[in-house]
Amino acid sequence: MSDVVTPVLKRHLLSIDDLTREQAILILDTADELARISDAPIKKLPTLRGRTVVNLFYEDSTRTRISFEAAAKRLSADVINFSAKGSSVSKGESLKDTALTLQAMGADAVILRHSASGAAHRLAEWTKGSVINAGDGTHEHPTQALLDAFTIRKHLNKNPEQNGGVGADLTGVNVAIVGDILHSRVARSNVLLLSRLGAKVTLVAPPTLLPVGVSDWPVSISYDFNNAIGECDVVMMLRLQLERMKSAFFPSAREYSRLFGLDMERLAKGKKSPLILHPGPINRGLEISAECADSADSLILEQVTNGVSIRMAVLYLLLGGADA
Amino acid sequence: MKAVLSSADISRAITRISHEIIEKNRGSEDIVLLGIPTRGIHLAERIGSEIGVIVGQSIPVGTLDITLHRDDLRSKPPRALTPTKIPSGGIDGKRIVLVDDVLYSGRTIRAALDALGEIGRPALVQLAVLVDRGHRELPIRADYVGKNLPTSHEEIVKVSIHEVDGEDQVQIAGSHE
Repeated sequence: MSDVVTPVLKRHLLSIDDLTREQAILILDTADELARISDAPIKKLPTLRGRTVVNLFYEDSTRTRISFEAAAKRLSADVINFSAKGSSVSKGESLKDTALTLQAMGADAVILRHSASGAAHRLAEWTKGSVINAGDGTHEHPTQALLDAFTIRKHLNKNPEQNGGVGADLTGVNVAIVGDILHSRVARSNVLLLSRLGAKVTLVAPPTLLPVGVSDWPVSISYDFNNAIGECDVVMMLRLQLERMKSAFFPSAREYSRLFGLDMERLAKGKKSPLILHPGPINRGLEISAECADSADSLILEQVTNGVSIRMAVLYLLLGGADA
Repeated sequence: MKAVLSSADISRAITRISHEIIEKNRGSEDIVLLGIPTRGIHLAERIGSEIGVIVGQSIPVGTLDITLHRDDLRSKPPRALTPTKIPSGGIDGKRIVLVDDVLYSGRTIRAALDALGEIGRPALVQLAVLVDRGHRELPIRADYVGKNLPTSHEEIVKVSIHEVDGEDQVQIAGSHE
């Protein structure tokens, strides 16, 4: 008989800060086990039968929403998809009223994507069910960071004896996060998680795209990508979030691409032939060349696959047990 | 705590079960042993190596985690998953022997049968347990039993296995202790 999980998760997953190192490793290990189910001929488990999960998306999303939906369905939960377009939000309904409506319909978990930083925290105060932050403004996107850590761990522990790195953290791994750090919730969550797991994180960006207070983060900072790529095991490219840019952060897209974009020539400067990660969607030819995005070291599509396993793990660990 | 099976009793039971598996299946062809975590894994390995010695060739042994198929998930905080390891030959068309330490309500075995159904379609499924303590809540029975141990609901059966607990022993704790 298996014992009850010792580092039990909190009711919500709002920020990587909610997780201890042990809890983060538990999520990665659980995802590793669940990944095997995604390879099985029958990709369905009865575990969350009768639970209702609402995808509450106020911002556009392809992979996160579909990934959560696939994860919930593989665990037999019922999924309700809600997008702000075509709902009563256009009639002026507030987040709180929408949340209370969903709760009245019996939602056990709400997965929220919102353009306002802190939206998930507010929602968690109003609802009885679990809240999972699927990206709030420029604040955090915890499941993306978990799937990135999972992808890195799996690839740096290819030796079959290490069993895909189950139980391990990321001590000694050098990760460069490159690009639009300022607007990136993915970067914030990743900095917190990767450093908590023991990785050494370097942020590479023009000074205009680094947030205020970055000197207090547990990272080193570089303005020179050519130099920074040398010792990297992993380069994580970020999308330039042009939709959030209300002023000029760099002289031209071409110059940005030349200084901070990833192409084959720059990749060759890496001594350890680094793994390439990108949370998507990709601006091909801007932050990453098409050649790099499609190269053998690119894990971009594997990140998508691993995203489903990570989200299954989070849903199982939040909803799989007794009601809190 | 009263000891009901000693280390020697357990190893005799495992030897007997190994012979019975070969006898009932007329050999070891197509047999796959699957241990149910935690202690069933080690019992399956021991039975597997005994059968290997008897028939002169090793037989596949794996593990089957049943956590996600349990019917009591809602009554406790989420449980950690343990690895499911299916031998490379798969389970389609094989003769599966599930191995667990204690057979009680039968609910674990029901979950195991569901978990198996997700992986493939075995030719048949049999069940080996070290201790059968009665009180079935489902129409399930074991094909191979180390010891039938009549108990009351209040009693606790504690199986210790060398690989997990440092010693081989089965104890029973009464309701008045």
